[in-house]
Amino acid sequence: MTKPRTHRFDTLSLHAGSRPDPATGARATPIYQSASFVFPDSDHAAALFNMERAGHVYSRISNPTCAVLEERIAALEGGVGAIATASGQAALHLAIATLLGAGAHIVASRALYGGSHNLLDYTLPRFGITTTFVDPRDVGAWRGAIRPETRLLFGETLGNPGLDVLDIPRIATLAHEHGLPLLVDSTFTTPWLLRPFEHGADLVFHSATKFLSGHGVVIGGVLVDSGAFDWDAPKSRGRFPTLTEPYHGFHDMVFSEESTTAAFLLRARREGIRDFGACMAPATAWQILQGIETLPVRMQRHVDNTRRIVAFLSGQPLVGAIGYPELAQHPDHALAQRLLPRGCGAVFSFDLRATREQGRRFIESLRLFSHLANVGDAKSLVIHPASTTHFRMSADDLARAGIGEGTIRLSIGLEDPDDLIEDLSRALYAAGK
Amino acid sequence: MRLAVGTDEVYLYTGARALAPSRASIVFVHGAANDHSVWSLQSRYFAHHGRNVLAVDLPGHGRSTGAPLESVEAIAQWLVRVLDAAGVERASLVGHSLGSLAVLEAAARAPARVDRIALLGPAVPMAVSEALMDAARRDDHVAYELIVGWSHSAAGQLGGNPVPGMWMTGTALRLMERTRPGGLAVDLGACASYANGLDAARALRCPALVVTGSRDLMAPAKSAEALIGALNGPRVVTLACGHAMMAEQPDEVLDALRAFL
Repeated sequence: MTKPRTHRFDTLSLHAGSRPDPATGARATPIYQSASFVFPDSDHAAALFNMERAGHVYSRISNPTCAVLEERIAALEGGVGAIATASGQAALHLAIATLLGAGAHIVASRALYGGSHNLLDYTLPRFGITTTFVDPRDVGAWRGAIRPETRLLFGETLGNPGLDVLDIPRIATLAHEHGLPLLVDSTFTTPWLLRPFEHGADLVFHSATKFLSGHGVVIGGVLVDSGAFDWDAPKSRGRFPTLTEPYHGFHDMVFSEESTTAAFLLRARREGIRDFGACMAPATAWQILQGIETLPVRMQRHVDNTRRIVAFLSGQPLVGAIGYPELAQHPDHALAQRLLPRGCGAVFSFDLRATREQGRRFIESLRLFSHLANVGDAKSLVIHPASTTHFRMSADDLARAGIGEGTIRLSIGLEDPDDLIEDLSRALYAAGK
Repeated sequence: MRLAVGTDEVYLYTGARALAPSRASIVFVHGAANDHSVWSLQSRYFAHHGRNVLAVDLPGHGRSTGAPLESVEAIAQWLVRVLDAAGVERASLVGHSLGSLAVLEAAARAPARVDRIALLGPAVPMAVSEALMDAARRDDHVAYELIVGWSHSAAGQLGGNPVPGMWMTGTALRLMERTRPGGLAVDLGACASYANGLDAARALRCPALVVTGSRDLMAPAKSAEALIGALNGPRVVTLACGHAMMAEQPDEVLDALRAFL
């Protein structure tokens, strides 16, 4: 039988978006550390500015090294394209600012990264954009929160920190019934574990600082468009004027007519990156590319190590509930088996059956786990969410997000798992004394 | 802009410019399971460089209503009706793949309406593999995947898109996925059944440009040799790319068109 010619994930991780440098033959993607790019002649310059020719003008708008990263992520996610941003937060803001204006409304999962919650709950209302937070598992709550002015549904593939698995197929179906797109933060899973577009999501963003990089040396984000959402469809018509009506800020371009599949990315680049300016530096893109080259092998090891650690913790008397969806008792276990057959990632939380002082002793007794505010590093990490990442949330909001005073979040790295288990054993012993 | 042609509404991309009788006109015709947006960069360039641009969505494609037309001859007739509806007396016609056959046939049928023709990725005859045709008849997604695989060179399969941040094969696939049920099979059937290509080429009197891709597996360059031989002194440009030449080499395609039109 004739088969389509397509490259597989591991190959795309290494090659997508890059070619040997045409100027030098360099096999590795060069760092194009240049703010701007020379025009061959005036007509070419005008054509670049007016989007009649392809190419780079100024590195805030696009850069050749960043473009390789953007293509690679788009390939791995199965999208049409991507935009690299200064951080994951910048990617989230770019997505929202491209689609929504004052008066618009978002329905979001309440199990969000603290930074995303800050943006939606505290900052965006100042600009006239409000959010209703809902239990990510309650499809009825999502449905009930949608209003005439709602323009976006938003959740995380694995909620933070309880690892609620977002039922992307059901939430996407709900969104599309209302002519709305679904935006998904896929930071915890990466496309190696889950490709949200295959389940109906329309837009995906990552904090590329985390697993995509793996090394924890840069801050970056990526926003990816599936290209599948029809902004002009009858159910959506009139709701997304930024994409379907002439934009006076760019030659009266109607982005959805200009590009059938990439209207969102066109507007995001021609307005959002241009005007808000939260672009990625080329050296950052290069470092993230180094990480992505080993993403498949790293993610497998992350998952394998995490399974060992979860199994160890499950037998410890000081350890209460463990929020890892591969465990049968996790409320999203069945959904995880369906959406995450390769594994549920390497970040999870557990409850320490201990006082606050014992919790402090546990964290401070760890020697390999680093106590810091990050996840997805090659090195194992630990944090106490109630006093750090989620400290701005009220006690009620904390409880609704599944975070207790004794909740500990681990990000399992690539060390020898036996060494990690010994480290945790020592810390649990110290906490129990 | 939108025009009424018969009972159907036709969408034309004009580069956000009104058509002006004083300007020369160029009609862009896309291939199977595509729409006007495959010409995005090239059509926009000409629209902003003194030409009327009419990048059509064929019936049943993109924003145009109606059913896909079942033969190249029908598409050629329809193109002339679009010129009538737009009030354009004469135009140069640019077509890709199925669109190139329609442009060739239209120029042969209505020589008084056509200044020049540019045929991108043509093949005469334009054979369609049985595996592809079978998949298209079933509306099987594999049909789109086969086309994407055959339409992009080995380098293009891995990206390196001149348009920053865009994943070429993903864009091509997503565009075809918007095809209405049965649409691809109709388009491919029109390609495969077209038998008048060489006669049309021999009858042609206007200047012609043929652009082939040396790495085109969908319509290999050698499949255009008979057509090139039948045309009266065509200009021939061969680009180092696959069938999806407007995506793989947008500037080179534009330069070939600029030099000709």
